Amino acid sequence: MDSGESAYLVSAVLFAAGALGSLALRRRVAVCNGAAHGAALLGAAAALVAALRVLLGGEALSVTLGQTFPFGPWAFRVDALGAFFLLAFALSALAASGYALGYVREFYGRDFFALGAAYNLFLLSLLLVLGAGNAFTFLVVWELMALTSFLLVVFRHREAGVTRAGFVYIVMTHAGTACITGAFLLLFRATGSLDFSAWAAAAAGGTLPAGVRTAAFLLALAGFGAKAGVIPLHVWLPLAHPAAPSHVSALMSGVMLKVAVYGLLRFLPALGPAEPWWGAAVLAAGAVTALLGILYALVDVDLKRFLAFSSVENVGVILLGLGAALSLQGLGLPTAAALALAASLYHVLNHAVFKGLLFLGAGAVIGATHTGNMDRLGGLARRMPVTSFLFLVGALSISALPPFNGFVSEWLTLQSLLALGLLAPSAVLEILAPVGAAALALTGALAAAGFVRAYGMTFLALPRSEAAAHAAETSRPQRAAMVLPAVLCLALGLAPGWVLRLLTPAVAAWTGAAPVAASGWGAAASVGALAGRITPGLLFALLAVPGIAALFLLRAAARQRPERLGPTWGCGIAPTPRMEYSASAFSQPLRMIFRQILRPRPELEARHEVSPYFACYLRYRTEITPVFERYLYGPAARLLVEASQRLRGIQAGGIRLYLAYILATLVFLLVVAL
Amino acid sequence: MTLSQLLPAMGLQAALVLALAPLLQGLIKKIKARLQNRQGPPLGQPYADLVKLWRKAPVFSEHASWVSRVAPPLGLVAVLAAATLIPTVFAGLPLAPAGDVLAVTMLFALARFFTALGGLDAGSAFGGMGSSREMALSALVEPAMLLSVFTVALATGSTDLNAMVAAGAAEDPAAFLSPSHLLALAGLFIALIAETGRIPVDNPDTHLELTMIHEGMILETSGRYLALAQLTHMVKQVALFALLANVFLPWGIAAGWSAGALAVGAAAFLAKLAVLALAVAATETVQTKMRLFRVPDLVGASFALSLLALVSGRVLR
Repeated sequence: MDSGESAYLVSAVLFAAGALGSLALRRRVAVCNGAAHGAALLGAAAALVAALRVLLGGEALSVTLGQTFPFGPWAFRVDALGAFFLLAFALSALAASGYALGYVREFYGRDFFALGAAYNLFLLSLLLVLGAGNAFTFLVVWELMALTSFLLVVFRHREAGVTRAGFVYIVMTHAGTACITGAFLLLFRATGSLDFSAWAAAAAGGTLPAGVRTAAFLLALAGFGAKAGVIPLHVWLPLAHPAAPSHVSALMSGVMLKVAVYGLLRFLPALGPAEPWWGAAVLAAGAVTALLGILYALVDVDLKRFLAFSSVENVGVILLGLGAALSLQGLGLPTAAALALAASLYHVLNHAVFKGLLFLGAGAVIGATHTGNMDRLGGLARRMPVTSFLFLVGALSISALPPFNGFVSEWLTLQSLLALGLLAPSAVLEILAPVGAAALALTGALAAAGFVRAYGMTFLALPRSEAAAHAAETSRPQRAAMVLPAVLCLALGLAPGWVLRLLTPAVAAWTGAAPVAASGWGAAASVGALAGRITPGLLFALLAVPGIAALFLLRAAARQRPERLGPTWGCGIAPTPRMEYSASAFSQPLRMIFRQILRPRPELEARHEVSPYFACYLRYRTEITPVFERYLYGPAARLLVEASQRLRGIQAGGIRLYLAYILATLVFLLVVAL
Repeated sequence: MTLSQLLPAMGLQAALVLALAPLLQGLIKKIKARLQNRQGPPLGQPYADLVKLWRKAPVFSEHASWVSRVAPPLGLVAVLAAATLIPTVFAGLPLAPAGDVLAVTMLFALARFFTALGGLDAGSAFGGMGSSREMALSALVEPAMLLSVFTVALATGSTDLNAMVAAGAAEDPAAFLSPSHLLALAGLFIALIAETGRIPVDNPDTHLELTMIHEGMILETSGRYLALAQLTHMVKQVALFALLANVFLPWGIAAGWSAGALAVGAAAFLAKLAVLALAVAATETVQTKMRLFRVPDLVGASFALSLLALVSGRVLR
């Protein structure tokens, strides 16, 4: 057993030990906290070692743990693709576990041990799902992941709305698991085996019938899409992510959504060569998800729900890259497909890092002020300087601004969409692909608008409530844990060549071609006739050198004419927090512009005494129509309940009726068997 | 390109852009004034304004954080970096490996991000309104601008600005009368008006809260920081003019380092800037400022023109 495999096993053992230790130490909460999250930290470090061993060493690691069920052995295999996702997992888990050491102190109480135990089991399930070698192992660990994350989501069950969030989440995740199981079973019937490598071999042979492939593709897209948060299966995301404790939200957004993407990537090659419409379907799903995700994010004033919808948008961007890769693969252009897949995987890693940072920062803010409503925050840049600076780094990264990492993955995704437009033989794709690239630019710009709003409302200007006015900086473990993703945001942005080298084995295995030519500091997209280059390091130098010069000039000028302070101009009235722009006000132009999609419903109640122009009481309320809940899920749920109530009629209660049912079933089975 | 060649080239391009930016602003104001039957300020007035502002002490809001101090210099640095990536006089820029047209757009976005944060920092309603409108409108303008640039990028097969300009300069001049090219030019011109904040999108001459988007964000900026913010706006203007001029009308741009070619390139660049200044000033004089919620229609028109350019380029090939 080589070092990679032992690191993987050590990681699993550490997570399990953390869970058991948490249970054992349930009476002494501080020790329980240290033990559980310390074990999680060590386990994450071991997972990082395992991931790097596979990515840099080139050898996949595989561990088989015997067989207890007839469906197959407990086989684990981490190849390059799984190792890349494992890398994202390990980095997120390191930050979240370190953060948790300080953050969970507010949850100390009788049932605190459940948090530590469920958290470690959640990490264990994520570790194992990324290495599952056959369908049976995958489904078992997938279900473990769903259950542990459910426990974590409903941990704060005494707060309003949390149990409902957990309910919606558990229903949606099981619906998704049902679809995935259906897809797996279809392939099992066609190939006779549950092993992923056996499926890949059968697919290469081209023996699957077309109907099975289409059905399996749709089921997989629905199932993994429900877990990833693809619209319209996303309704659980904005409920569950804010309800969970913030370090768990960071992991759910950063890693669990990507595990669904990993599942899709793992499953698709088993279906053989991609049909042309598969890529188009994934592209369409990605575009709709990205656009609607960011639009719903922009109109939400709760900080964590805003971040959750932003995760939906980023999943859409990842799917855009994936869809482009599928389409290009289907068109027989493996080099271009490699570029698109590289863009998608790069964004997976980037999003895990910066979304984790943003959720951890949001947790710090909510912990300090006890409110997540941006209309009640403000002025925290003075009171929480470290948190605000690190949150700004995360906001800059997610808005795809140079020199941070989001810029590189957005650039790669745009280049791959342009490559699709340039190299596609059909005129439709040649026109739609650049339009898709422009739509991606739209979502990027909207995301920047959203994060200007989020950072500005939360941290700048005057505090809008008493709680915000008395906020204090977070604990040391929390600040230290947030520094790691912030540094990674800059590092992953300045050295894209290194990251591309890490994901080359995965991309090469999936598409059969190596992606872009890249040196350590630059990234180039040379695909057939398309060529473009960026060197973020040079951009950083272009910004830093004149920037430092400008700061020196300003400092020199300040010696002769120093700055003065004065009140903000408010037309002669002393400024109060009520005069500031609020989060809902900031997004009002966008609400108006996109009103056909968002369907805002404003309510204005005005009371006056003398004249309508001098109102003495104004009440304004605006609500976004919950389109999916009202027109899709509401009717579906009502239909289900109605159908169940009709079916209840057969439960009349009389024992003679039930005996008659048994007799009828027996006769029916005899007739069918004979 | 060695470091010893890189730094002078970078410095020269930045110096050229910094020197030309206030002159271009002065030229547009002068043309507008003449079209409106006025004398107008002298051409060098923006230089005098900047020097005057630099000499004044700034006043900051007592609620403002470090963001207000960092935003103006960072915005200037970002647009200057973008401007050094756009070919002006010379086609083969040494800094080409640093970024392409997408990097230029993102650098503008970086400047805009910090300017918008600066607008929110003082806690005034004017700043909030400016930031909110700016982010909303720029979100719409960016895809329109990119789509028209993509038309050229797809035709030349590269998003690299040097390659686009070189390919355009090598082409037959008659190709510029193709519908695809003209439509993309029109689309980018409308996007340019929106990005530089000119009538009919925004009024750069007033400080009335109902008309200001850009002015609203920098309302609380004063003294030398206001000089930096105004210079940022001017540099962004000249950079966008250079982008439109050299990507769509690349005649005359210098292909080599010889003195003759550089002189011709410089003259061509100044002539193109002057023509664009005339076009922008004429548009500002003839048009009235649009209501804020009509601006998306205008940007939609730009997007539609670029889309037509794409379609006609494909159909007529």
